Amino acid sequence: MTYLSKTLILVAGLALAACTNPDRFEDQAGGGLSGGAGLAGSASDPTSPAYFQQAIGDRVLFAVDQSTLSPEAQATLDGQAQWLMSNTDFSAVIEGHADEQGTREYNLALGARRANAVQEYLVSRGVAGNRLRTVSYGKERPIEICSEESCYAKNRRAVTVLSLGAGS
Amino acid sequence: MMRFLLTLVAAMTLWVFPATAQQGGPLRLEITEGVIEPLPVAVPDFVADTPAAQDYARNIARVIAADLTGTGLFREIPAEAHISRIASFDSPVQFADWRAINAQALVTGAVSLDGAGRLVARFRIYDVFAGQELGRGQQLVGERDGWRRIAHKVADQVYSRITGEGGYFDSRVVFVAESGPKDQRAKRLAIMDYDGANVQYLTDASAIVLAPRFSPTGDRVLYTSYETGFPRIYLLDVASVGRRALPTMEGTMAFAPRFSPDGRTVLYSLTQGGNTDLFTMDIASGASTRLTTAPSIETAPSYSPDGRQIVFESDRSGTPQLYIMGASGGEARRISFGPGRYGTPVWSPRGDLIAFTKQSKGRFHIGVMRVDGSEERLLTASFLDEGPTWAPNGRVIMFTRETQGAQGEARLYSVDITGRNLRQVPTQGGASDPSWGPLQN
Repeated sequence: MTYLSKTLILVAGLALAACTNPDRFEDQAGGGLSGGAGLAGSASDPTSPAYFQQAIGDRVLFAVDQSTLSPEAQATLDGQAQWLMSNTDFSAVIEGHADEQGTREYNLALGARRANAVQEYLVSRGVAGNRLRTVSYGKERPIEICSEESCYAKNRRAVTVLSLGAGS
Repeated sequence: MMRFLLTLVAAMTLWVFPATAQQGGPLRLEITEGVIEPLPVAVPDFVADTPAAQDYARNIARVIAADLTGTGLFREIPAEAHISRIASFDSPVQFADWRAINAQALVTGAVSLDGAGRLVARFRIYDVFAGQELGRGQQLVGERDGWRRIAHKVADQVYSRITGEGGYFDSRVVFVAESGPKDQRAKRLAIMDYDGANVQYLTDASAIVLAPRFSPTGDRVLYTSYETGFPRIYLLDVASVGRRALPTMEGTMAFAPRFSPDGRTVLYSLTQGGNTDLFTMDIASGASTRLTTAPSIETAPSYSPDGRQIVFESDRSGTPQLYIMGASGGEARRISFGPGRYGTPVWSPRGDLIAFTKQSKGRFHIGVMRVDGSEERLLTASFLDEGPTWAPNGRVIMFTRETQGAQGEARLYSVDITGRNLRQVPTQGGASDPSWGPLQN
């Protein structure tokens, strides 16, 4: 089975899952799709979105009120960049998020800084800028809901969400 | 003359009428830091002049009493304590009976239905100890389903005749109605009376909506929606619930909109390349003008009531602080200097104060400061308070309070600018981001 037909089947499966955005690949934690990561292909297939999410890692985390990329985050993004450059049928929206400590407006702007930091890094590693878009959700979409640092640390994130299409 | 004086217990300022000014002078409650003893008021059921008006006669009186006591400035003397009954609107008031129960103010009224089925309400306000009317009686006519507005208008008259300040009861609030768990929260735009009644939903829950803002006349609402997957500003007509997206540039995010005082311009934040700056947009033409160019975050802008200045939040100093600049941009001066982080400044309708959100030592506060940054006062403290909005008279602030933890939920609260009278605004479910509209006509 070719890669393309595989992704087409995958898209059909997502549509059946009654999602309003069938071209979007995201695991459950991202808040977009329900039904589990299995829909995004097998994580053992290095060309699959599931591999991108699980093996490479689709997200990087940030320190409080910061948008600088840690060495660990940079390593993850190196992997993302490599994957994106060898899987050119995909484009990505980088979603920036903040924890709940902060006002709604400031957190939107902070999430945008985080998403932008990821975008700039991926571009610096060779990914075409027109395949990447950014959006900030501020504190609107936490993945962890406790009001402790253990949750906040996971919510201060930028998630690279793949979608099928070569970008604009 | 002492009988005109209200019992004011002064915490900071004792305000007393000069006795010479009291010749036939009106009942008056000066709202100061010191008013902590509410003024006793009696609001007997209105007289139903037609049988079909019976329920309205009672309900209108109840809403008037709720409005007045809800301010924390009035205390209602319950009906069980009343000696006199108001059997007829035009019969002389037995002042001695009201004095005996220490009612300082008395509100009487009558309600009937006219030939067209409309409600006709008449009311009078009395200074009981002076034994005379306070201002003139008035008549209000409205549709039956607008009976609460009639009550609010009467209460606004009572409030303004006794305090000398404008009322705020006949006003509405646009807000975000929230439901669902914290990580999948559904948000809808909704509008309601200031007291939580008459909720109407303006959008469905299909996209995240944030921070609606009333136009100065209350006819339109600006808000941010993720309808397209990216935050954009929308303009909604309240009467028709029709809406349109304001023009935007591809690859940008627009949010935190507010109207200019003339209602023609939108002041907002635009994020481009990760950097958030302030812009204005002429609503008619859609043309945007950049106001700031700093690499820092500039957001949450609000106009002064005369439209000449803008207060906003910026982290140009390293942490979010409040700044004021001219309406066309240019140099900004910092006005917040206390320890902590400041955000969402909103200029009061009187022009004298800035309300803000402050984050300090892991707590959130709603506070006010003078326009020059002096006399900062924190009015609330909780796990998460944010997003103040002013009552039309600049005496009360409504805001969002979110509780802690996995079951955390947002609700609306109001507080007097003295820091007293903290109250939850009744809403059916979660609620956030209130914007208090003007007094209605």
